[in-house]
Amino acid sequence: MKLALAQINTKLGDVDANLEKHLNLIGDAVAHGSDLILFPELSLTGYTLQDLTPSVSHRPTTKDPIFAPLLEASKEIDMVVGFVDEDARHRFYIADAYLSEGKVLHVHHKVYLPTYGLFDEGRFFAWGDSIRAFDTRFGRVGMLICEDFWHMSPPYLLWLDGADILLLTSASPGRGLNDDDRLTSARWVEHTNQAYASLFTNFVIHSNRVGYEDGLNFWGGSTVYDPNGKLLVKAPYHEEALTFAELDLNQLHRTRARLPLLRDERTALVQRELGRILGGGDAHSGR
Amino acid sequence: MKNSKLSINTDLARKILTGFIKSELERVGFSRAVIGLSGGIDSALSCALAAEAIGAENVLAVRMPYKESSQDSLDHAELMIEKFGVKSLTIPITKMADSLIALDPEMSKTRKGNIMARCRMIALYDQSEAFGGLVIGTSNKTEILLGYSTIFGDSASAINPIGDLYKTQVRQLSRAIGVPNEIVDKAPSADLWANQTDEDELGFTYAEVDKLFYLLIDQRYRLNELVEAGFDEDFVRRVMKRVRQNQFKRMMPPIAKVSNRTIGYDFLYLRDWGT
Repeated sequence: MKLALAQINTKLGDVDANLEKHLNLIGDAVAHGSDLILFPELSLTGYTLQDLTPSVSHRPTTKDPIFAPLLEASKEIDMVVGFVDEDARHRFYIADAYLSEGKVLHVHHKVYLPTYGLFDEGRFFAWGDSIRAFDTRFGRVGMLICEDFWHMSPPYLLWLDGADILLLTSASPGRGLNDDDRLTSARWVEHTNQAYASLFTNFVIHSNRVGYEDGLNFWGGSTVYDPNGKLLVKAPYHEEALTFAELDLNQLHRTRARLPLLRDERTALVQRELGRILGGGDAHSGR
Repeated sequence: MKNSKLSINTDLARKILTGFIKSELERVGFSRAVIGLSGGIDSALSCALAAEAIGAENVLAVRMPYKESSQDSLDHAELMIEKFGVKSLTIPITKMADSLIALDPEMSKTRKGNIMARCRMIALYDQSEAFGGLVIGTSNKTEILLGYSTIFGDSASAINPIGDLYKTQVRQLSRAIGVPNEIVDKAPSADLWANQTDEDELGFTYAEVDKLFYLLIDQRYRLNELVEAGFDEDFVRRVMKRVRQNQFKRMMPPIAKVSNRTIGYDFLYLRDWGT
């Protein structure tokens, strides 16, 4: 599979301008023979939307003026785009849509909305409430958005639901400058993504954005890890880039023949113990 | 510096901060910048970062001496202008400031200092319009936390690239970017009166307070943990009080809320809205 990682900057709240950038990069990726192009979180809107949220929402249908040209373009190349989804009852979600062959294959609503420190997503957005893998022409995949994969349960659920490829998107504000050669936020994400690839013997693909919104910088550094946990490609930090990678999907066969972590995963045991932990009378069952 | 927790990767800092300057200027239609160059290290660093970000020819360094300003300040600013090749202008503020200072023969040093800082702000914002460049801030994190500035004076700017760097980190980055040693090594001074130094006035050194701030602010240590880490309790209390008392300098003036939607509370947009 030929992959393109579209590590872009966005215009805050200017969906038309962002759409134009998407269509240009989609054209470049098609010209390069790519099968799938992955844009970052909220790639059509920008990240720190605050009160802009209700005015930049769209519905992923052929009738929508933003999605119509994207769906048309998806006849030539599969794509993941980030947007604000407004459901029929007018709840707003941070969302990723997977478009292929003129159709919407799947929409993921961000499940974990960071609302601490510099983040305030829970103030403006509704919490997604499902984590599902889905089938594509490259096999079964799963999508997660930023904070979703700072928690380990969403990637784990997708793995059990059959995803061999994790498509991760983010708009990660850079923070933690010290004497290291990268920001602590970058190091954290690289560590965890490499760990997911190794622990799940999966492909882990991450598309992060770049640019600034007021004082926030977004660090880029999009990556692809293979099922051995090996880094296949990495985009530059802090610069826009269209980065290409060729994924040999047969690596799943070779790695899992050597290392049958998926085969041996004791899912019934997990379910039994989770049932005990979360279902007991004195359980700290959480949300 | 190597083992200090305050030590930063200066290449990465330069990349982020120059990118910030360029992005935040260009997205609002500017390609030029104006900086009040005092001869001290903070404005020298902002000036160097701006020159690296948008080109020296697009940076106007403005020297604004008062009649009692030290010659060193002017000379050191000149060193920066020559070394980095930025455009420059000298606007004495003596007449402007003295017309106000003359109103009260008993005027305190603090009042005079505030008048000078605000006269410089007026001259700088006038040059902002004349040169077509945004005013780049020169306040570092230590001084912002301590409130060691004149509100609407030296603290006024359009964007601030160095406001998340402690003084210790400003020194490290200044060396890396090539600010002349004379500027990096001298005792920091607001130069509002003869022989004034920041550290005399504050009663502690930047090196000391930066170590404290790193634990207090960045690492969220509590008072007892700071004392356990070896800091004098009175020193910690004094600094914490200063930080609290100067919060007003770090905020827009609060607006009294009466409507359903109020600027600052529930009318929330970034400044980069639509850009």
